[in-house]
Amino acid sequence: MGIINMNNFKSLIAALLLAPALALSAGGEAKLDRAPINPDDHASLQRGARHFVNYCLSCHNASYMRYNRLQDIGLTDAQIRDNLIFTGVKVGEVMKSAMDTKASKEWFGATPPELSVIARSRASHAGSGADWLYTYLRSFYRDPERPTGWNNTVFPNVGMPHVLWELQGEQVLAETKVRADGYDKVEHVLKLSGKGTMTPVEYDRMVADLVNFMVFIGEPGQATRKTLGVFVLAALGLLFVFAYALKKEYWKDVH
Amino acid sequence: MAASPKEPVQFTGAGPLNAPISGVLTWVDQRFPLMSLWRDHLSQYYAPKNFNFWYFFGSLAMLVLVIQIVTGIFLVMHYKPSAAEAFASVEYIMRDVPAGWFIRYMHSTGASAFFIVVYLHMFRGLMYGSYRQPRELIWIFGMLIYLCLMAEAFFGYLLPWGQMSFWGAQVIVNLFDALPLIGPDLSTWIRGDFVISDATLNRFFAFHVIAIPLALLGLVAAHIMALHEVGSNNPDGVEIKKHKDADGKPLDGIPFHPYYTVKDIVGVVVFLFLFFAVVFYAPEMGGYFLEYNNFIPADPLKTPPHIAPVWYFTPYYSILRAITEDFMLVLAIGVAAYVVLIWLTVRDAKVKMAAAAIGLVVIVLMKGGPLALEAKVWGVAMMGAATLIFFLLPWLDRSPVKSIRYKGSLFRTALTIFVITFIVLGYYGVQVVTPVGTVISQIGTLVYFAFFLLMPWYSVMDKTRPEPDRVTM
Amino acid sequence: MSDKDANQCKRQFLVAATTVAGGVAAGAAGVPFVASMLPSERAKAAGAPVEVDLSTLAPGERITVEWRGKPVWIVRRTKEMLESIKANDGNVSDPDSNKPMQPAYAKNEMRAIKDEYLVVVGICTHLGCSPVGKFAKQAEAFDSNWQGGFYCPCHGSLFDLAGRVYKNRPAPDNLVVPPHKYLSDTRIVIGEDTKGA
Repeated sequence: MGIINMNNFKSLIAALLLAPALALSAGGEAKLDRAPINPDDHASLQRGARHFVNYCLSCHNASYMRYNRLQDIGLTDAQIRDNLIFTGVKVGEVMKSAMDTKASKEWFGATPPELSVIARSRASHAGSGADWLYTYLRSFYRDPERPTGWNNTVFPNVGMPHVLWELQGEQVLAETKVRADGYDKVEHVLKLSGKGTMTPVEYDRMVADLVNFMVFIGEPGQATRKTLGVFVLAALGLLFVFAYALKKEYWKDVH
Repeated sequence: MAASPKEPVQFTGAGPLNAPISGVLTWVDQRFPLMSLWRDHLSQYYAPKNFNFWYFFGSLAMLVLVIQIVTGIFLVMHYKPSAAEAFASVEYIMRDVPAGWFIRYMHSTGASAFFIVVYLHMFRGLMYGSYRQPRELIWIFGMLIYLCLMAEAFFGYLLPWGQMSFWGAQVIVNLFDALPLIGPDLSTWIRGDFVISDATLNRFFAFHVIAIPLALLGLVAAHIMALHEVGSNNPDGVEIKKHKDADGKPLDGIPFHPYYTVKDIVGVVVFLFLFFAVVFYAPEMGGYFLEYNNFIPADPLKTPPHIAPVWYFTPYYSILRAITEDFMLVLAIGVAAYVVLIWLTVRDAKVKMAAAAIGLVVIVLMKGGPLALEAKVWGVAMMGAATLIFFLLPWLDRSPVKSIRYKGSLFRTALTIFVITFIVLGYYGVQVVTPVGTVISQIGTLVYFAFFLLMPWYSVMDKTRPEPDRVTM
Repeated sequence: MSDKDANQCKRQFLVAATTVAGGVAAGAAGVPFVASMLPSERAKAAGAPVEVDLSTLAPGERITVEWRGKPVWIVRRTKEMLESIKANDGNVSDPDSNKPMQPAYAKNEMRAIKDEYLVVVGICTHLGCSPVGKFAKQAEAFDSNWQGGFYCPCHGSLFDLAGRVYKNRPAPDNLVVPPHKYLSDTRIVIGEDTKGA
């Protein structure tokens, strides 16, 4: 689900082609883009970690994720302490936000959700949790009727502002008339109306890294799990050979 | 069979000082029926030699029970049964406890595996008439185990305290509200509060960890004791005890140990392979074994857009939702038709009067104006009836033969349709309510009950073949 | 009949082989369960080393920090205190710290890396009470010739200013010196030493 084992350039092109094609048909669910993430790419995960602590931890908590678990993506305790911990806690502590939850509930109307397992919770038949997050973070658009000034096609009337807008630039929801199935249909399409500090390709890469990291913190032990599984299943295969031979031998008696 | 008459015990002074292993065994055996248990239940328990694939699932069910208990014990070492800490403690197990994720995934996979194994085990019973005389009590103990299992899964599902945990429990406990007169008070008593809360979580924890596991262990012991008292059935439905050799051993029987211990080991290894393939590579199973919504902490103020029970409850959930106001008329007509059928075909006057009386009461409660119970109540009643009707199977099946191998096309068709209906009902139980889905669930409900309620007729009308004298391999 | 014997041989071999393979698998399966009872990441984080700033500690004063749920005392000893320790060798039961109540680098008369600072776990080695600091060199009810140290109120054990236990008192051992190391002249970390945590 969302794991693309090919070279990053191809996946970036794919993301670029998909981005402007994001359509919200009237009254339906948003279609989700495939998140071009690779859980084995430690460099991507490290960049994602940096984005996460810079942009997300100011409001959200990741209360079940310990900083020192980031050793699993190739960082030392010193690197974690020096580059990723802004709240002065020890490296064995969990990633808590600097913001008080009661205050954030007042300011945003809802407490910013816990992010440790957000990637696992957003999976559905429409796509993986990573797909949802990847599409969500690229689908904010200007909406003067919302208190934050932002809305989102994947999560209508979301309370979260577009934290990354300076990087992406501003999007608006444009109406286009499309002739399909013999009649006119109005489709809503996201259009980039103001440039950000990143190009769309760079922004998509950044979001992909961030989403890759959020998938990682959802289940940091996933890589271990998959590796161990090979040994367990191989051992059971061997056990099957012995058990079956034993059964066959004894059942020679039975006619 | 009952133990052979005992000779007076000779306390020969045997013990570990005389002969290390056999001495200890003899010492114990003089004080505890060790060897007679071994003989009666393993080395001299004669089981039919023609057990097939369908006969693996009993021992597999025992294996899964052990897996759930062992993993459960180790989970409880770290889990916190309070509304404030439960969700966090599960993530603590997944991340901070060494190998905690492995134990958790085994337990969550084990829960679904338990139902797969038990449904296949029950299907074997349906196919081969394992519930028929003299095995009715085995079947009854088995059905009680099934009910306990459903309760165990229901109570256990609240424990992670996710959105699905909370709202699933909320919906199901609210069902009890529907019962006339006592409903709302009963729900409050079950919850220990006006809404699912910390009080509910703690008591569900007590039921899930202590009460029901003890009940399950007792019932499983009773189930096996009842089985061994009478002897196992087999795919041909033939009683092997009818033909014994000079030593009194059934001609078509083989001692459980070593033949079935050795065969069951193979079954266990294959099962564990599939089980661990899921644990290591697909523990969520597309959201069916670990539901996605349950990764969000419970929020009493935010109802999820779509609440569905876990997959193993969905057929019954479908039946519950199918009972709408409109459907009540169909049901009432169905009851009336059933009473007419009894009057036309049954000769016993007592049965006819009882059927008419019960039928009248039911119809009044369904469509009798001010006396009628709401469709909501009937939904709960029908869902309950759908589980309980299995108990009646030994008395509904009046076929001269036990096994489907010798039954005719009527029974085979009925069973096939029943299985398909069960699966279809399950499918629609997962989906959102739609008009089409409701109609299909309603038809499915009728077919489901018809399988049982019409069985006394079609099992007799069925053109059966004669059962053989001896088993076929 | 040799056929039956061959069969028996084969069966014994297969039973043995399957038992061994199964036993190994069962043993391996037990490992995660046993491991799950080891200290979790949360326990390890709570028991993590504690850094202490000594720059505000005046001579003759003591500060207390918590490490792994236990009180750890750091006493900044004056020259007189250090001398009284030397004079006390006859009063204590293990003057050379032969029993393993301290790391190798604290196995000396002052029981410290730097003589100036005493670092000990403040729990009496008798039954676990926390002794009271009595640093002043004056006559006390429990010792008319008291040189300064620690007095445990529960059962009357006495320790000198190097944490060494007095003879003929209920406590059998000197106070425990925890692993520690100096990050600088005024910063110490408790729970970690140069050989690793």
